[in-house]
Amino acid sequence: MTDWMNLLIGFAMGLNLLALASSRLPSIIRTAAAQGIVIGTLPLLIEPELRALLLLVAVATVVIKGFVIPALLFRALRAANIDREVQPLMGFTVSLLLGAGASIGAVVLGRLLPMRPEDAQVLLVPGALATVACGFLMLIGRAKAITQVCGYLMLENGIYLFGLLLLGSVPLLVEAGILLDVTVAVFVIGVVMDHIQREFDSLDTRKLTVLRE
Amino acid sequence: MMETALIAIPLLAAMTAFAWPAERSRRWLLPVTGILHAAFTLALLAARPGSSAAVWFGFDPLARAVLPMVSLLFLVCAAYSATYLDLRNERRNRVFVAALLALLGLLSLALQAQNLGLLWVAAEAATLTTVPLLHFNRTARAFEATWKYLLLGSTGIALSLLGSFCLSYASLYGSGSGDLTFAGLAARGASLSRPWVVAAWVLLLAGYGTKMGLAPMHTWKPDAYGEAPGVVGALMAGGLTTVAFVAVLRVKRVVDAAGEAAMTERTLLTIGLFSMFVAALFLLGTRDFKRMLAYSSIEQMGILSVGAALGTAGLAAALFHVWNNGLAKGALFLSAGNIRRAAGGRTMDEVAGMTWRTPVSTRMFVAGTLAITALPPFGPFFSVVAILRASLEGHHEVIAAVFLGSLLLAFLGLTRLVFAIVDGRPRAGARSLGNKFRETPGIIIPPLVCLALLLWLGLSTPSVLRDSWSAAAQFLAITP
Repeated sequence: MTDWMNLLIGFAMGLNLLALASSRLPSIIRTAAAQGIVIGTLPLLIEPELRALLLLVAVATVVIKGFVIPALLFRALRAANIDREVQPLMGFTVSLLLGAGASIGAVVLGRLLPMRPEDAQVLLVPGALATVACGFLMLIGRAKAITQVCGYLMLENGIYLFGLLLLGSVPLLVEAGILLDVTVAVFVIGVVMDHIQREFDSLDTRKLTVLRE
Repeated sequence: MMETALIAIPLLAAMTAFAWPAERSRRWLLPVTGILHAAFTLALLAARPGSSAAVWFGFDPLARAVLPMVSLLFLVCAAYSATYLDLRNERRNRVFVAALLALLGLLSLALQAQNLGLLWVAAEAATLTTVPLLHFNRTARAFEATWKYLLLGSTGIALSLLGSFCLSYASLYGSGSGDLTFAGLAARGASLSRPWVVAAWVLLLAGYGTKMGLAPMHTWKPDAYGEAPGVVGALMAGGLTTVAFVAVLRVKRVVDAAGEAAMTERTLLTIGLFSMFVAALFLLGTRDFKRMLAYSSIEQMGILSVGAALGTAGLAAALFHVWNNGLAKGALFLSAGNIRRAAGGRTMDEVAGMTWRTPVSTRMFVAGTLAITALPPFGPFFSVVAILRASLEGHHEVIAAVFLGSLLLAFLGLTRLVFAIVDGRPRAGARSLGNKFRETPGIIIPPLVCLALLLWLGLSTPSVLRDSWSAAAQFLAITP
């Protein structure tokens, strides 16, 4: 089981770098969606017996992170009719190098933190930290609102990975609440994005510079 | 039962508001709910403090020490909104009213939360509820502010979720059950894994510190407070920041119980003094009186952090200051809203001579400014002096010096800007507006009530409040 999990976590970490290297908006959205599906299936591998609520959370995660949110983003992309190029504030090579560095750092940090014996073999902590770091890079290194949302999604994916360590001990109600909040957050972001698009005729956040000291 | 009502009544009222068909009468749901909520809260305050053994939420000593202030502030803001929404009747208010009511419910939930996970869910939900309130004016600037608030707020709150998970894992590693109640985590105390506790503290302080608006995570604050309607600004500065501060205090209790008290106090002191200093510098430079309130809020958050780091006496003083800050922000934001609407501008380049145009609001604004800069006889003076005394008793002379220096700089910055817009001759643009703006009782009385409460807190602090603050400080300081 652990091998399968590590394979999927490694896959998710690879998707981080793919997202950082993408130069087209649709491929970033698809990468984030694929990552959502990968991490959404992980809880089923961790718990040996299937519980109804667990299954529900897994299915909800896959549906929301893999399909609903990407669909919303694609809709925004079409409605806004923005050009599909990513505008990097930080070059692709630089962000890839930083992302790779962050992934290595995450593995090192994961080794330093004390782990329970049953978790020691799983790459959840390095995977989580690497994904959070790459999401953060995406958030600050790209100019368009949609890429920032994708960065936020990756950040959330990383936290979700970490949350899997606590599966079974933390009430699933909390997980469900978190999932709900994320969904609403992205929905609200989408609405605001829509308004920004209409108001500024662009989704380039570099135009949001009226407010400053 | 009553503590559930504090959460359920506003949420039900929010749903009612959303379904309410009549545009003009919907706004009256706000004061009605505010009165009900305040009555319940004050009844709970007067009753004997409840236990904190609840699994999910309860009216524990800490909630008892701050929730009544949030409730009163909401009541004042609700009364103001009833008039405000009438003045702004060209806008549809369905979402605004529903979101304000939901915000009250979520603030009550977050302040009472006994579970780290529930606290996070409530704080995040409250953040999202403020988004539609922020862009009520639908200007390009409002959207820019909303976007920054959303992105920074969401990232901050994501970090605090990661921190919550770390804290939970610390308990799992120490062969605990991973239970997320504050009481359970604090009781495990020393058995929590130290490296994970430290990681959790860093992430949670960064996350909830962003929410509080501590420097250097404060950049969303001037934009959001500058663009938000006065009512929303008051509730954010007095309500949401209080939630974040209470969250930091609750986490601090757990981390202290794990034996890291020295670290939490050092970090809170550093970040608090840094916030005060940075805010003071910006206060000396800003020309916009609504953004000024945001920098003042950053400064107040710094004061709270410093107080929280100075032992039991400092904690009690900080909780006193939570009341002072909330009520002063109520008076300031609401009167600033009046001034802004009358002046049609918000920088000292566009606005002057407001004592001619809006005599009452301007006087309240000046009084509020003097209160927030900790001048007697208002409440903030006494809480700031108490914090200062706590720092001197702990022989932190350098801290006291930086604290006082920042207060002085902030005083200079605030008075410079306030008197620039108060004195002088009204600008041509404002004069051409004629007498369109009238100071009706509906927009005068709410900030006046805030000022009166501030004066009351300063001159004769009710003993029930004093007791609640020291009880909360004891509750936070004693490691079970």
